[in-house]
Amino acid sequence: MRFILGFIGAVFAGVLLISLITGLATYFKSPPAPLAAEEFHKPPKPLHLASDGPFGKFDKRQLQRGFQVYSEVCSACHSLELVSFRDLRELGYTEAEVKKIASDWKTQVPSINPDTGEPATRKAIPSDRFPPPFANEIAAGAANNNAHPPDLSLITKAREGGAAYVHSLLTGYQKQPAELLKKFPGSKTPPNLHYNPYFANLNIAMPPPLTTDGQVQYEDGTKPTVDQMATDIAAFLVWTAEPNLEARHAAGVAVVIFLLFGTVLGFLAYKQIWYDAKRVVRVTGPLEPENQAKSRRAKAKAGVAG
Amino acid sequence: MSFSWAKAYEPKHPLMKWIDERLPLPRVVYGAVGGGYPVPRNLNYWWNFGVLAGIFLTIQIVTGIVLAMHYYATTDGAFNSVNGLIMRDVNAGWLLRYAHMNGASFFFIVTYIHIFRGLYYGSYKAPRELVWMLGLVIYLLMMATAFMGYVLPWGQMSYWGAQVITGFFSAFPVVGEPIRIWLLGGYAPDEAALTRFFSLHYLLPFVIAGVVILHIWALHIPGSGNPTGVDVKDEKDTLPFHPFYTAKDGWFAAAVLLAYAIVTYFAPNYLGHPDNYIPANPLATPAEIVPEWYFWPFYAILRSFTFDFILPAKLWGVLAMFSSILLLFFLPWVDKSPVRSGSYRPVFKRFFWLLVIDVIILGWAGGGAPTPFRNAVGQISAAYYFLHFLVILPLVSAFETPLPLPKSISDSVLHGEEAEAAPAGPKPRRTKTATAVVE
Repeated sequence: MRFILGFIGAVFAGVLLISLITGLATYFKSPPAPLAAEEFHKPPKPLHLASDGPFGKFDKRQLQRGFQVYSEVCSACHSLELVSFRDLRELGYTEAEVKKIASDWKTQVPSINPDTGEPATRKAIPSDRFPPPFANEIAAGAANNNAHPPDLSLITKAREGGAAYVHSLLTGYQKQPAELLKKFPGSKTPPNLHYNPYFANLNIAMPPPLTTDGQVQYEDGTKPTVDQMATDIAAFLVWTAEPNLEARHAAGVAVVIFLLFGTVLGFLAYKQIWYDAKRVVRVTGPLEPENQAKSRRAKAKAGVAG
Repeated sequence: MSFSWAKAYEPKHPLMKWIDERLPLPRVVYGAVGGGYPVPRNLNYWWNFGVLAGIFLTIQIVTGIVLAMHYYATTDGAFNSVNGLIMRDVNAGWLLRYAHMNGASFFFIVTYIHIFRGLYYGSYKAPRELVWMLGLVIYLLMMATAFMGYVLPWGQMSYWGAQVITGFFSAFPVVGEPIRIWLLGGYAPDEAALTRFFSLHYLLPFVIAGVVILHIWALHIPGSGNPTGVDVKDEKDTLPFHPFYTAKDGWFAAAVLLAYAIVTYFAPNYLGHPDNYIPANPLATPAEIVPEWYFWPFYAILRSFTFDFILPAKLWGVLAMFSSILLLFFLPWVDKSPVRSGSYRPVFKRFFWLLVIDVIILGWAGGGAPTPFRNAVGQISAAYYFLHFLVILPLVSAFETPLPLPKSISDSVLHGEEAEAAPAGPKPRRTKTATAVVE
C-alpha cells in the first residue's frame, strides 16, 4: 500500500512540476503586459477618526456634519438602505428633529392609497429606512450611464481600506498624469469616466461629488473644505456600517479586563494545584560522599529535615 | 478507564448516589473528564488544544442557535437579516454575529494546532489510529459546515464561493454536472441552495458533537499520548484529569479566549473579506474569489494544476485537493516508525518543521490574486506537500535511527533531579566507583 500511495504522491508532484514548467515557459515566452492599474493605483491615504482604536468613540458633531454631506450631496444617487431615520437619534438629534428629517426627506416611501388600493407614496416616518433615490437598479443605471451607484450603508466595511478609502477616493480626483499616458497610450480615461488613482481600475464612473470648498454650509461653524467634507462623510459612513461600535469597544475593554483577571487567577490556581506534583522525590539510591555533602548543605539551606 | 489504578466514582451526596444507581451518567463524566481519568503527567501545552476545540464548538453552537432565530434563509432576506436586523436591531446581535464569525476562525486555529500536534507526536500511531481517523472526520465535517455557513450571509464571496466550490463536482466527467445541479437544486446557487445549506449548517455541528464523543471515547481506551511517546507504565506516570488538567486547561483556555475576545471586539472583520459586505450579485464576478483563510492551503493546491496532462487541469486540481486530506487517513500505515514522538526522531523532526513552513506558504499562495510568482510558489509547495506525506515520510520511517527513548514517563519528567543528584565526573568513572563501593 505504501508503494501505491508513494506512486500517487509522485504523480501529483509530477503533474505539478509540469504545470510549473509550462507556466514558467509561458511567462518567459510572452510575459504578461503590465497594466496601468497595477502601476498607478495608490493605497488610501491614512485617515484618523475619533472612532479608531480600541477606545475609539464617535465624534457626534462630525457624524452630524457627515450626515449633512450625505443628505445634501451623496443621497442624490446613493441609497442607505440598512439605516433607519430613527437611528439618527444616536447622532444626537432629538425625536422632533428626526421626525422632521424623515418627513422632509426628498424621496417618499412607497405605500398603498387607503381608499383606492392603488400604489402611492407617503412621507417617511422615523421607523422607515432611508428610501432609495431610484426605484430600482435599472432606473439607477439609466440615470448614471449604466453605472449603478452602490448602497453606502456598509461601504466602509465593503472596501479594502474602509473609511480611509472613502476619504481618499473623494479627494483623489485629478487629471490623468502625463507619465501614465506616455507609458500606456491606450489607457486614456474614456469619456464619462473620471481618473482617480484610488479606484481599483483608475477610472471611476462617479463624477467628483465634492468639488468646491463651502459646497455644504456647516451649522457648527466648521470650515467646509473639500477635505473636511470628505473626512466627515467617511466618519458618518463608519457609523452607518458599524452603529454599535461604541458599545462593542466598551464591552471589549470590560471583557478583556475580566479575562485577564481570569487568566491570572487560573494560572495561580494551576501553579498551586501542581505544586506537589512537580516536586516528586525520586529514589535514586545512596549518594556518593561528595554529593551527600552537597545534599546536606542544600537541605540545611532549604530548612528541610533529614 | 483503561488503567487499573483509575479511581472509581464514589458519589458523596445522596442525590448523586440516587442518580448514579439509576443512570450512571455522573460515573461516565467522572471517568471521562474527572478524577477517574488518569493522564500522563508530562503533557506540554500542545495538549491543551483538544479541549479548546471543544470550547469553540460549544461557542459556535450556542451563538449559532440564537443567530438562526433571527436569520432569513431567502435570497432576498438573507443579507438584510444579517447586516440589517442582526447587526443593528437584535439585542447584542452584533456580538453574537461577530463571536460566531471569529469563533469559526478560532475553531480552525486551535484545530490546526491540534492536528499538527498529532503529526509531530505521532498521535496517529497504534493504538490510536481510530482516534486520529475520527478526528479527521470531525475536520471534514467542520470544513463542510464552515463553507455552508459562509454562504448564509449571501454576500458576494458567499455566492461566488458557493459557485466555485460546488463547481468542483462538475470537474468529474459525465456524472459531475448532474451531481452539481442535484446538490444545488438548480443550475446556480439560488433559493434552493441557500435553504438546504442553512438546514445542513444547523445539522452538521450536532453531528460533529456526536463524532467528538466517539473521538474522546476511542481516546480513552488507550489513554492520552504524551510528549515522549512512551506508554504509561504505572501510577507514577499519571495524574488524574481533575484537578490537574482541568486547572491547566482552565487557565490556558482563559488566555486563548482573551485573544479571541481581542479579535472579536476590536478587529472583528480582520479575518474576513470586504467583498462579503456587498450583497450577492450573480451578474458581477468579484475581481478575485478567495475562500476564508482556513481553506487557503487547499485552494492553492486546487488552482496549482494549470496543465491538462491526460486529464483536464481542473479535474487534477479537484482530485489533488480531496487527496490532500484523504491521504491523512492512511498516515498510521504510511509512517511505519515504531517511535511515536518526533522529539526522538531527528530526521523526521526536520521534515515536520519543513511541512509546517510548506503549509503556511501554501496558505499564502491560496490567499491572494494568482500572479505568476504566486502560482509558481504554490505549485512547488503543493508538490512538496504530497511528496512529504507519500514519499518522504515512508522513507524516513524506514531509514531513520531514532534517539534512545526514556525508560518511562516519570524517568523523563524527573530527568532534572536525576542529573542534579549524579556526580559531576564522567559516567564510566561513576559506575566504577559504585561497583567498588558494593565490593
